[in-house]
Amino acid sequence: MVRVAITGAGAICALGRTAAEFAAAISSGRSAIGPIRSTDMSEFRFQNGAEVPDYSHTPYFDDRRADFMDRFAQFAVIAAREAVADAAPAWTPELRENAAIITGSCVGGQSTEDIGFQEVYKHGRNRVHPLTIPKTMANAGASHISMEFGVTGPSFTISTACSSAAHAIGQAYWMVRSGAAPLAITGGSEAPFSFGILKAWEAMRVVSPDTCRPFSKDRHGMILGEGAAMLVLEPLEAARARGAHIHAEIVGFGMSADASHITQPSAEGAARAMRAALRDAALSPEQIGYINAHGTGTLANDISESAAIHAVFGSRVKNLPVSSTKSMHGHALGAAGALECLASIVALRDGILPPTANFNEPDPECDLDVVPNHARAARVEYALSNSFAFGGLNAVLALRAMAY
Amino acid sequence: MSDDLIQRVLKVIATSKRIPPETVTIDSDFAQLNIDSMDAVEILFALENEFDISIPDDAVRAVRNVRQMCEGIDKLMTDKASGPPAVQ
Repeated sequence: MVRVAITGAGAICALGRTAAEFAAAISSGRSAIGPIRSTDMSEFRFQNGAEVPDYSHTPYFDDRRADFMDRFAQFAVIAAREAVADAAPAWTPELRENAAIITGSCVGGQSTEDIGFQEVYKHGRNRVHPLTIPKTMANAGASHISMEFGVTGPSFTISTACSSAAHAIGQAYWMVRSGAAPLAITGGSEAPFSFGILKAWEAMRVVSPDTCRPFSKDRHGMILGEGAAMLVLEPLEAARARGAHIHAEIVGFGMSADASHITQPSAEGAARAMRAALRDAALSPEQIGYINAHGTGTLANDISESAAIHAVFGSRVKNLPVSSTKSMHGHALGAAGALECLASIVALRDGILPPTANFNEPDPECDLDVVPNHARAARVEYALSNSFAFGGLNAVLALRAMAY
Repeated sequence: MSDDLIQRVLKVIATSKRIPPETVTIDSDFAQLNIDSMDAVEILFALENEFDISIPDDAVRAVRNVRQMCEGIDKLMTDKASGPPAVQ
């Protein structure tokens, strides 16, 4: 079986516009949560989010190309450009023909749809913009990445709410591991800050009125985020042979469905996904040195995830750092699993465990070492990155530091 | 708290949860009615429409039964009648 190396990484989110800026921010415990500026928030019960500050399609895309791309697709291409430049693959016609592109997105270009539908519903016009469909489709990120690089292999998008990117990366990992693809560009992107989508989140009453405090007793919910992270995966031996820089290795992927409730998480389902990832990686729980938690900061998720971690790791939990970087980059929905996979890669690569920011007070129902507020220097060999979606669809990635 | 208000709240709960109206009383608690967190936010949405009010998040966290819910609606209706809505 082929070992799979991560040779390229790219990111854009509230914390920064490159993977290096992202790494520096999470390693210093800086939270990028603040007032939402791209939408009029005067009629909302919440005000804060984690937006890419002052984002404009320039200098990334000329005006005409940007006309064809929703913000979420722009983020996908920006992160993919960085990841591909970082990996610098030895492109051949065969490699371009067979490389895979697998992206995750939850809401796709619904911001474009939201604006288009205002025309007919609110302004009483009889037509919407003709690019509404191609900008809205959730696969637009994958499509634009394929056009950007002339990559013509298997390309598709996975939409499993908050697990989308983790499912996408897991699928890409398995395709490279099995030999089905010689290289994969994979990750997730999201841009959910438009009026209608924010109203829908407000109605669920899960968004915090101040900030995101995962696992803290005084937590009041999640904070929405946006952005993208993309990775380049290739066979480890091929990457070594061409002298590529290797950030980390993906060693396992596990999935499960709760089969219980459309929004309430199940600890049992989450535990099964973590066990599946360990089994796929042929690892024992004792070998895991860090978990990047799903850690949304909602009352329900954090209790359920803590119970799941206790169920899988038992007494090992006392010495197992678990942090939620959503406290810094927000919950980027279909991009969350990719940003958090990158956070896990940074932890393994740089030997710095990112903290759970905004943490005030331990919760007895979340009895974990959450690396509160300050990053911790630690050399860890193996990490898990957890993603648990609404709808009970769970995806967990297992990663290994390259120093070993 | 008027009987009319109570009857409207009971009807909203029964309609939203799709259970027979006679199963919901002022003394029911949410656990008895098998109302989970998603049911609860749907009921709050329906109550906001029924009474033309906005129910703040922090007003609902401690509500566990129908009586508390009716009392909360009654207070919000009184506030609404007595002036501009409170800043949330």
